[in-house]
Amino acid sequence: MKPSTRSRYYGVLAEFESPAALVAAARATHAAGYRKYDAYSPFPIEELADAMHDHKNPIPKIVFFAGLTGACVGFGMQVYANLIHYPMNIAGRPLYAWPMFIPITFECTVAFAAFTGVLAMLALNGLPRPHHPLFGVPRFSQASQSRFFLCIESSDPKFELEAVHKFLEGLKPMEIHDVEDE
Amino acid sequence: MAVSNEFEPSVSPTSRLPVIGPGHTYASINEKISAIVLLRGTTFGWLVGFGIAFMIFMMMLGSISYLIYKGVGVWGINNRVGWGFDIINFVWWIGIGHAGTLISAILLLLHQKWRTSINRFAEAMTLFAVACAALFPVLHLGRPWYAYFLFPYPNTMGMYFPQFRSPLEWDVFAVSTYASVSLVFWYVGLIPDLATMRDRARNWFTKTVYGFFSLGWRGSARHWHRYESIYLLLAGLSTPLVLSVHTIVSFDFAVSIIPGWHATFFPPYFVAGAIYAGFAMVLTLAIPVRWVYGLEDFITDKHLENMGLITLVTGNMVGYAYIMELFYGWYSANEYEQFMVHNRVLGPYWALYVALIVCNIIAPQLLWSKRIRRNAWWLFAISMFVSVGMWLERYVIIVVSLHRTFLPSGWGTYAGTFWDWTLYIGTMGFFLTLLFLFIRLLPMISMSEMQMLLPGASGAPQKGEAKS
Repeated sequence: MKPSTRSRYYGVLAEFESPAALVAAARATHAAGYRKYDAYSPFPIEELADAMHDHKNPIPKIVFFAGLTGACVGFGMQVYANLIHYPMNIAGRPLYAWPMFIPITFECTVAFAAFTGVLAMLALNGLPRPHHPLFGVPRFSQASQSRFFLCIESSDPKFELEAVHKFLEGLKPMEIHDVEDE
Repeated sequence: MAVSNEFEPSVSPTSRLPVIGPGHTYASINEKISAIVLLRGTTFGWLVGFGIAFMIFMMMLGSISYLIYKGVGVWGINNRVGWGFDIINFVWWIGIGHAGTLISAILLLLHQKWRTSINRFAEAMTLFAVACAALFPVLHLGRPWYAYFLFPYPNTMGMYFPQFRSPLEWDVFAVSTYASVSLVFWYVGLIPDLATMRDRARNWFTKTVYGFFSLGWRGSARHWHRYESIYLLLAGLSTPLVLSVHTIVSFDFAVSIIPGWHATFFPPYFVAGAIYAGFAMVLTLAIPVRWVYGLEDFITDKHLENMGLITLVTGNMVGYAYIMELFYGWYSANEYEQFMVHNRVLGPYWALYVALIVCNIIAPQLLWSKRIRRNAWWLFAISMFVSVGMWLERYVIIVVSLHRTFLPSGWGTYAGTFWDWTLYIGTMGFFLTLLFLFIRLLPMISMSEMQMLLPGASGAPQKGEAKS
């Protein structure tokens, strides 16, 4: 019957005024040993990834291999069409006219790479996700406008409501909000 | 003093004009740009503009209906000139579209900060221009309802694949990839701004619609990290893509053997022409928009000047190509090529050639003057000349080359008919209708990217700009 803090709260959210304050807070949070936390800002902040030690990014690799697949599919399709499926002799010109296959191969490379990359970005980000516990905090609407937020999540093994509150207050935020889980 | 959001003009080293007006904060940028959509409402001026554009768009639909009812015989195309207005307009529109990708992708890779405020707008222009462009070759098929024959698909005829050795088929792949990748690039750029719109919307309906399209974006740093990498990669992919599209469009001509088309310098010549026409169109649209919506803080005189400079540079590249075209004709020592040059300059269509030279080579020379480059009226007038000139260029390349080729017995003339003109002018209505809707419904300047121009946005402890 007694709900644990872990299930009642998604986390604790602190609001900051500037990107620099948020970066400093993220650094401190990481240093304090928290791992399940995230920062929110209306625009990408260059220093933040570094502060959060968020270096893993598989997107470039995914895009590269998707492009490679696109190239093979594009070129293979044309070779198959012209040599195997329907060889057509046009004034004795070679069937395997590879220079003529380059434009479509290129377009297929770009198309595969671009679409796979965007879908991978959305999938890794867990989007689309129309609702999220954070949207329950009214102030959070500022995260897309002019304020900067840091949320320590309850899934962090170190998460203790009191301690997290105390820790975040030490970072001198403008406000602290509890984020309830739904 | 801790980092403040107060503004200091972020001045680019090459010029004293700032890329964003003074006094802006993170909040003020959002307020100003989103207010155009959320607070300004539907104004009388917008309704009038949209109404006119919509009527012209309806004229296009009427023209297409009659075309489909009667067949392509209603156009001016004939046995001699099989590629008339439709291919001219196709190349013209798709060229216009290229400036959008250039601004959004190439200038991003080159770290040109001034691109930020015109990027969204120019990308929208790309999409709408490509939509207009794609109509023409499809309608030119004669039986546009069979347009899907152009794509490989399994069918009962046993012919699963189109002819991949034809440049026209390359066009199908190039244009469809370009249109779809541009759309995705544009949409990815919009996601964070749609989230801002969702959070600023005041009523349930608006909030829901923007919320739906924002995909639940919440600005997480981990999300931004992946977002930025894919955005940059899309820019990297779009850059060769945009060059490939007009290269392939030029192959439609260059791979043939028609005198005046069969030239190896067509790809760079066409790409330069596309960028030239595109920047002229961005100027044509950005100048009135910035005036009507009071966006002088975001689209500053620096933007206009830079666009003027690119117009001047690409215009001179195009001018060089015109001279080379004449030179090649002479140097080929080929009777047909030499006749083509003669016929182009002194033949029955000489007046178009003269107009082309005036619009595309002489008019942009005014841009050498700094005073003219920084004057919106002058730029607007010059951009109009360029748009007309680039249309004439395609007219001269297509019609004048085709109407007199190898055999004098096959010579003829060509002129657009009423239905050619209504369709062409109608696509301008289509374009403007989409543009009016875009301005009314979406933030026309990227808010998150504009915020990044403010000092301190990189998150560095001191004044942000010093670090990089």
